[in-house]
Amino acid sequence: MTAPPLLAVEHLTMRFGGLVAIDDVSFAAPPGLITAIIGPNGAGKTTVFNCLTGFYKPTVGRLMLRAPHGNFLLEQLDGFRISQKAHVARTFQNIRLFGGMSTLENLIVAQHNKLMRASGYSVGGLLGLGGYRHAERHAVEIARHWLDRVGLIAKADWQASSLPYGDQRRLEIARAMCTDPVLLCLDEPAAGLNANESAGLNQLLLRIRDEYKIGILLIEHDMSVVMGISDHIVVLDYGRKIADGTPQQIRNDANVIRAYLGEAEDEALPPEVSADLGIRS
Amino acid sequence: MTADSVTFLQQVINGLTLGSVYGLIAIGYTMVYGIIGMINFAHGDIYMIGAFHSLIVILVLGFFGITWVPLALVVVLVIAVALTALYGWTVERIAYLPLRGSTRLAPLISAIGMSIILSNSVLLLQEARGKPLPVVTESQFNPPFVFLEAEGITAQITDKQILIMIVTILVVVGFTMMIKHTSLGRQQRSCEQDMKMASLLGVNVNRTISLTFIMGAALACVAGLLVTLYYENIKFNIGFVAGIKAFSAAVLGGIGSLPGAMLGGLLLGFIEVFFSGYVAADYKDVAAFGVLVLVLIFRPTGLLGKPEIEKV
Amino acid sequence: MMAVSQNIPMAKQSEPSAITPEMLKQAIAAGAITFLLASLIVGIETVSSTGALDFTTRYKEVIIASLGVFVGSMVISQMRAGRPLVGIIVGGGVSVVLLILLLVQGSDAVPKEFLPFNSMIINWGSLIVPAAIFLRAVQLARTQRAQVRGRPMVGEKASEVIQRILPWVGAGLIILAVALPWLPLGERTQEKKIIDICTIVLTYIMLGWGLNIVVGLAGLLDLGYVAFYAVGAYTYAMLSVYLGWSFWVCLPLAGLLAATFGVLLGFPVLRLRGDYLAIVTLGFGEMIRIIIVNWRDLTGGPNGINRVPRASFFGLPMERNPPEGVTSFHQFFGLEYNPNHRVIFLYYLVLLAALVVNFFTLRIRKLPLGRAWEALREDETACRALGINPTNTKLTAFAVGAMFGGFAGSFFAVRNGFISPESFVFLESAIILAIVVLGGLGSQVGIVLAAAVLIGVPELFRELSEYRMLAFGIGMVLIMVWRPGGLLAHREPTIRLHPAGGRPGDAKR
Repeated sequence: MTAPPLLAVEHLTMRFGGLVAIDDVSFAAPPGLITAIIGPNGAGKTTVFNCLTGFYKPTVGRLMLRAPHGNFLLEQLDGFRISQKAHVARTFQNIRLFGGMSTLENLIVAQHNKLMRASGYSVGGLLGLGGYRHAERHAVEIARHWLDRVGLIAKADWQASSLPYGDQRRLEIARAMCTDPVLLCLDEPAAGLNANESAGLNQLLLRIRDEYKIGILLIEHDMSVVMGISDHIVVLDYGRKIADGTPQQIRNDANVIRAYLGEAEDEALPPEVSADLGIRS
Repeated sequence: MTADSVTFLQQVINGLTLGSVYGLIAIGYTMVYGIIGMINFAHGDIYMIGAFHSLIVILVLGFFGITWVPLALVVVLVIAVALTALYGWTVERIAYLPLRGSTRLAPLISAIGMSIILSNSVLLLQEARGKPLPVVTESQFNPPFVFLEAEGITAQITDKQILIMIVTILVVVGFTMMIKHTSLGRQQRSCEQDMKMASLLGVNVNRTISLTFIMGAALACVAGLLVTLYYENIKFNIGFVAGIKAFSAAVLGGIGSLPGAMLGGLLLGFIEVFFSGYVAADYKDVAAFGVLVLVLIFRPTGLLGKPEIEKV
Repeated sequence: MMAVSQNIPMAKQSEPSAITPEMLKQAIAAGAITFLLASLIVGIETVSSTGALDFTTRYKEVIIASLGVFVGSMVISQMRAGRPLVGIIVGGGVSVVLLILLLVQGSDAVPKEFLPFNSMIINWGSLIVPAAIFLRAVQLARTQRAQVRGRPMVGEKASEVIQRILPWVGAGLIILAVALPWLPLGERTQEKKIIDICTIVLTYIMLGWGLNIVVGLAGLLDLGYVAFYAVGAYTYAMLSVYLGWSFWVCLPLAGLLAATFGVLLGFPVLRLRGDYLAIVTLGFGEMIRIIIVNWRDLTGGPNGINRVPRASFFGLPMERNPPEGVTSFHQFFGLEYNPNHRVIFLYYLVLLAALVVNFFTLRIRKLPLGRAWEALREDETACRALGINPTNTKLTAFAVGAMFGGFAGSFFAVRNGFISPESFVFLESAIILAIVVLGGLGSQVGIVLAAAVLIGVPELFRELSEYRMLAFGIGMVLIMVWRPGGLLAHREPTIRLHPAGGRPGDAKR
């Protein structure tokens, strides 16, 4: 990989009082590829995300985003500016949709900043000055495009909270994409999905990677998703990085196996576990 | 001793007295917030109900010839506290239990409605004028005891003030011990920590919550009784301002923390008395609200509270 | 959204006795609790007379209330178990008996003591309970029969019908409001009274729509809204009385200052959630009132500001005898002087302002700002993740809501001709909140109806004013427990991909 990384995390440390949640973690997410962050529960994965997306201020560390429209130090940006200026989008472990609003409205809200400018911060829109109607129609087209992608066109006017779980997950991803991001951060997008839905998710993410050429960063426990689509994997355990490489490298990494399964005692892994990890014994 | 120090000491005593009352009411706010995360807007009016019940029992006892204060007080305490606790339970049953689990807005509006119902019911049932303490009760309290004097300024303490402080100490100590050492207290604390888990472990969550309301109401009634004796006059609307101030005290001390509520109460009592004495008596309520605003802006967890980390 | 059908339990034919021990226990408990709660506060009425305290007893009311609760509890248990007939008989029977007593009371045959309560209004009010039980029992019975025959539920259709006719109701109300002064309202004083009451109701509608922006759209629970009302009123009064500026100058300035206060008061509460936000805003409201009461030099203290000048018709004063050299309104248009002109003019001004607020709200919901407000209400964290600036969004909501409150305050000052801090107590904030909540958070028409009922009715029937707040409180609790979304709450999306099935565009809110 000769291109400079899209996201360079350098010496990230996060301390909550006496508790060290993340300890000197560094990794790079290449542009146009899917990077997965995995690790046992409590390893600090969501904390990394929260530092990247402005919900926590890192105690120490540099988070450099190299985007086509500029370079940004994410640790210095206010929460909402990370999406607004740096164009980093994220989804949440516990889905956070605007439940009382419709599917379509969720996607329109995502295009807020663009529409605000077009409507003169809504004042122009109030007074009926042109430009806004056109911009809104354009926004609806973008929304329609994404609804089509995630298969929710028919449910466009449904209240978001009434959508089935799998649809809600996909809607959240579509909403994140409507913000026109350069980096898409997904926090356990496959949580609660069955095998079919996970496969569908894989397809969607691969399509996004290939068509939009953005970087995707994802936290996941579901190995079928991780191994299925990641180009690059970072493994955390107890707040520290213990492995970093291609899926092939990670599968065979002794540290990773030990972290997930405990001390290996020179005995073969049970076949189901091997299958899960994709290890060919 | 200078006149200034004497005045200061007097303010300290007044502050302790007022602060004790705030603390007793604040405990009710803080316990309810700690266990179900809602502000019981009607709690101030429960305090008012407690005051009215106390007064009425005193009145009725006087009618039957029972006027000797220590005996009357015990009877009043038992009856008024029991009935006010029932009010606390009923309010929770009617206005909050059906809304558990819904949005944040719904229980708050329901609470405001309940507060309006309580204060207006008393207004309609007992008319708007202030109700004075019967003279026969009042006359049994001794005149103030002057214990310091300098340059014509005296510092005095009344037996009512002593009564308030002693009762408060007893009640708070008893309460804290109960919370720490009895199974009821343990259940209460477990529900505060994690309601789902507690219920899975066999704790009757609804009953624990009801008991929290009952205990809070009981303490508020004690505060109401003490205030009735101290200020010798109560009205249907004393719940509103006292409620906000007691809530400010609970926030100041750290919402969810019992010792914090008492500490906050005392501090707020001092702040109010000193502000009233040394700055401007007319604006003393502004000082109390100001404390609330400042605490919530700069240190929302209060003095003894634990900082909350937002989980995303 | 399809409503889920209720399954009304059918009474088991095999059950020998209709009254289970459980029901009895529950009913006795309910009755006993009522008795205990009422025994002192209701049972004993303290009467203060020159420093002493005396009391009388009112045990008849306590016993009637307790018995009533006991019987009611039994009836409701029966209805829940699937026997609505009991509710029909008891509910209907009690209602009829009570109604007859109320109608013939006062005559020799039926002295007042036969009535359950001392106060006539409470007597009439208590009619609501058995009547409600009766109606609910009837509804249950019909649903039961429909279930047996497999027909759709009756109740569900009602709410859909309401949703569909709402926009027409709204349009109709506007037409009625515009035409009001031209309708035959009776002779002069009555016409004045009616228009005046409508002006007051309109002011509260404006306040409700203004608060709706903060609470309903942005989800910021503001319990101190009365502060902006006060700022607007006092600014207008001070500018027009102390500086003599005209209505058209003072009004926007009052709104502007109120908006500024909105931002000032909004800043400290930005990071607060729900309950805390509510209490702090309440505190702010009280602080402003206390400052107004005590800052005598500026605000006139408890006495307020007097002699606020009336609004003039674009420079033409509306007086019978204008000062030397000035043409008055009626002279200019060659009309006969009518003291109601002033009232009607103010009415139209308030109506215009209210319509502006309404227009603003309807439009802003389809603009990015309004959508951001609603998104903020739904989930602030998600908003941040989408690049929406929560601080600016919240402050804008406060400022705009405050501005409209300020306008309403100005109209209040003009209509009354004088203002005092008594009009700006917390209770006002609670009333405005009640209007917004009862009308259905976010529903424009709902707020109109709620204001008409909560403000208009007590104004028309002055005897009810004592019970107004009690009715508010009961209404608030009932609505929250029964329908937390408010009476008419139902959110229509502000934009659709597919056209709605047969509905006339967006529902008017």
